[in-house]
Amino acid sequence: MAEHRDTDVLFKALADPSRRTLLDLLHAHDGRTLNELCEYLDMTRQGVTQHLDLLEAANLVGTVRRGREKLHFLNPVPLQEIYERWIAKFEKPRLKALSDLKRRLEKSNG
Amino acid sequence: MARSTFVYVTYIRTTPEKLWSALTNDAEFMKQYWFGTHCESAWTPGSSWKMVHPNGNITDAGEIVEAEPPRRLVIRWQNQFKPELTAEGESLCTMEIESSGSAVKLSITHTIERESSKLIVAVSGGWPKIISNLKSLLETGSVALQEPYPTSV
Repeated sequence: MAEHRDTDVLFKALADPSRRTLLDLLHAHDGRTLNELCEYLDMTRQGVTQHLDLLEAANLVGTVRRGREKLHFLNPVPLQEIYERWIAKFEKPRLKALSDLKRRLEKSNG
Repeated sequence: MARSTFVYVTYIRTTPEKLWSALTNDAEFMKQYWFGTHCESAWTPGSSWKMVHPNGNITDAGEIVEAEPPRRLVIRWQNQFKPELTAEGESLCTMEIESSGSAVKLSITHTIERESSKLIVAVSGGWPKIISNLKSLLETGSVALQEPYPTSV
């Protein structure tokens, strides 16, 4: 059950354009402060804080304290889990198809 | 000073002790989630540390800066197999383990004191896969990915 809750929180966090913008900003340049992130969003500081809190709760953002500053980092681990759950399983057949094609083409050369 | 940092966080339903052991002295367990690689060290501050590829080559080496089982591990880490990465010098990898409800929070911070580090880019491709495999192995007893990259073409 706990896994379902994690997944729900993750997809809810992704289901908002402002939060996706925050992830894009961190993807382009990691380790930003709240002030830096606020510059890019037409939103109150409190609004940005709330979005960041949701992203952190979903484990999409990790934070590190450096002195008085809190730096935000994109944490791709939950996205990797999505990839493994729904996409990685398609990789093997595709690779097998490629290697079969390569073998067949090379055989017809000789 | 300019620096490159990556931060990875995961929550694993296990105990801090099991996670510590999985990250340090349990080499056979590590090989299962780290695509055959394992680390060798005495895991005490000042002791040497190295990462051994399944083919026996040492890929990375350095020393243990801090070790507080089962909470905090800091490794001074230098690449050994790609000249351009070795040339970047030493990086610092910090692993922090804290209890969080019924799970354990693992935070890995990998930092190097230079901008746009190739080493950090190289490790950043690997960490999410390794951590995700570690989580899966500790929680379910099997890994999610058998190979780090699609290599069978």
